[in-house]
Amino acid sequence: METLLQQTVNGLVVGSVYALIALGYTMVYGILGLINFAHGDVLMVGALVALEAIRLLQIYAPELGMVPTLLAGLSVSVVVCMILGYTIERTAYRRLRNAPRLAPLITAIGVSFLLQTLAMIIWGRNYHSFPQLVSTEPLEPIAGLFITPVQITILAVSATLMVALVLLVNKTRLGRAMRATAENHKVASLMGVDTNKIIAVTFIIGSALAAVAGVMFSSNYGTAHYAMGFLPGLKAFTAAVLGGIGNLGGAMLGGLVLGLVESIGAGYIEDLSFGFLNSSYQDIFAFVILGIVLIFRPTGLLGERVADRA
Amino acid sequence: MNELALAIPWLGKRNPAAARWVVVALAVGAPLIAMLFGKSWVRILDFAMLYVMLAIGLNLVVGFAGLLDLGYIAFYAVGAYTFAFLASPHFELHLPFWLVLPLGAAFAALAGIILGLPTLRLRGDYLAIVTLGFGEIVRIFMNNLNHPINITNGPQGINMIDPLVLFGWDISKPLKVGDEITINSLFLYYYVFLACVVLSVILVQRLQVSRVGRAWAAIRDDELAAKAIGINTRNMKLLAFSLGATFGGVAGGLFAAFQGFVSPESFSLMESIAVLTMIVFGGMGNLAGVIVGALALTALPEVLRHVAVPLQQAVFGQVLLDPEVLRMLLLSLAMIFMMLLRPAGLIPAYSRYSRPELVVGKEAGR
Repeated sequence: METLLQQTVNGLVVGSVYALIALGYTMVYGILGLINFAHGDVLMVGALVALEAIRLLQIYAPELGMVPTLLAGLSVSVVVCMILGYTIERTAYRRLRNAPRLAPLITAIGVSFLLQTLAMIIWGRNYHSFPQLVSTEPLEPIAGLFITPVQITILAVSATLMVALVLLVNKTRLGRAMRATAENHKVASLMGVDTNKIIAVTFIIGSALAAVAGVMFSSNYGTAHYAMGFLPGLKAFTAAVLGGIGNLGGAMLGGLVLGLVESIGAGYIEDLSFGFLNSSYQDIFAFVILGIVLIFRPTGLLGERVADRA
Repeated sequence: MNELALAIPWLGKRNPAAARWVVVALAVGAPLIAMLFGKSWVRILDFAMLYVMLAIGLNLVVGFAGLLDLGYIAFYAVGAYTFAFLASPHFELHLPFWLVLPLGAAFAALAGIILGLPTLRLRGDYLAIVTLGFGEIVRIFMNNLNHPINITNGPQGINMIDPLVLFGWDISKPLKVGDEITINSLFLYYYVFLACVVLSVILVQRLQVSRVGRAWAAIRDDELAAKAIGINTRNMKLLAFSLGATFGGVAGGLFAAFQGFVSPESFSLMESIAVLTMIVFGGMGNLAGVIVGALALTALPEVLRHVAVPLQQAVFGQVLLDPEVLRMLLLSLAMIFMMLLRPAGLIPAYSRYSRPELVVGKEAGR
């Protein structure tokens, strides 16, 4: 029972990171109908840039406290990722907006690998240990549960960001323009919405969220690596599909559900399969879920759109 | 073949017959030319032939039927591992080549159907993700199925796989002609692989202009319309998946026999992407383009290895980018810029079965 609760907590933490990443996928998909393959790699860039910034700060401004250092590193990485997101949209995707549907997808894969290769050139193939500025030592157990400060921070930050995003999309002028663009590009631009700008803004917001998610992901696991974006990216995409792609609430729900399933599943897979499979199969859950959702409910848990739109 | 000949600059358009002979001569003489640069280049040619087969197979799925498959290397893996299981000391099985290779192809086709069935209703981009996931699942299983029962031997892979034995003739041993001349086994493998490639090309070319090929083209261009004119889209897509997978399976079996060793490392996502880039680079949906793309992108990293490394040493005094990194860099850049600047590839598909929106200029006669 305690295992179950502990795994639930871990699952919620991982799930909220997935949810943040999934938001980026779902916003871009909602507006462009494009799976932004490079999104996971933006996360990687975010984590590595933050790592680099924190390292420099620790050398040149050691008197800064832990939290200011982390915040400064985070801000640098958010800004870098925003620029990166805009650049990717501007150079790689914009010209292909009316191209046959496979073209932007292939470009996106290319961008993803380009980012990975560049990161590999800059940071090498090794795993870097991410500075633990928020403690990963568990606090006093509450009802037998071990919760670390970093986990609490992750939950709090992602909850805040999600609320902020929902408010932005639903309550502001910019959000209305975004929804209008998602609904119909042409009509939106006839109504005076600068759709190019809105699409760029969407990429920028998504990339900023990815940067935050990357820093949280690395803080949680204590490492950063040039290929670290691939799996979380894929899982977050699964989460977005699970919740209903194009739907903000769905992405959050999907992220949490996926995190829970994965972490609880990893705890019990050995017993369930009579010792045949072990927790090294944890990564399979996301793909299996993705398959099941797409077969039985391609619109996702909360989605209304049909998957095979022509 | 004709398209390949036509693609030769200058000569192709003026004297197609001569160009055709040039292609034949190049195909037959390639290992001899490569030998001038060293044995390792013949080996690279052998691998290039395997990549050509993979590219032809993937082109069937992506270029003809328009189903973007990012887990194609999984079928290659299925073929290779089938060969490794049935013809190596790992399970103490040494079944003959004629049995193992078709079995590998059949398993790969089955895997294609297994992958195809649940994904039939999906749009292109969803399909890409699911196939990517499928490729990863296969790799995770290959990596981890050494415990509690040792099936795949985990990350170490399987060693000492039987070589190709055709009619009792082991082609991994040098062939002695007369007393003086011996033909290296790398050459023998090349000609075996070349034969397979030629066979695949003929098969696929016939397929492309057949009823099936036309149905695929229709599905690719507009699935709804294809359905409306009475094409059984489900069966046709399944057929594309399983046929494409078959090529992957055969190539995988040949790879296992050639290399004598398989491990999960050879079947990473990067390989799937590399094969996809070959198609995109050469010209999606066009056999000649696909072949040229596969050859170019297999040879390019090797050329780079021999050119870029000394060059960097001369200019910077050290090796800044190792060839593997350069390969990834080039592949990703090729993918991006091909789509932006020349979406139809090096040799665009001109036939009436090609993508209408990508065809430039007037319809060329076949």
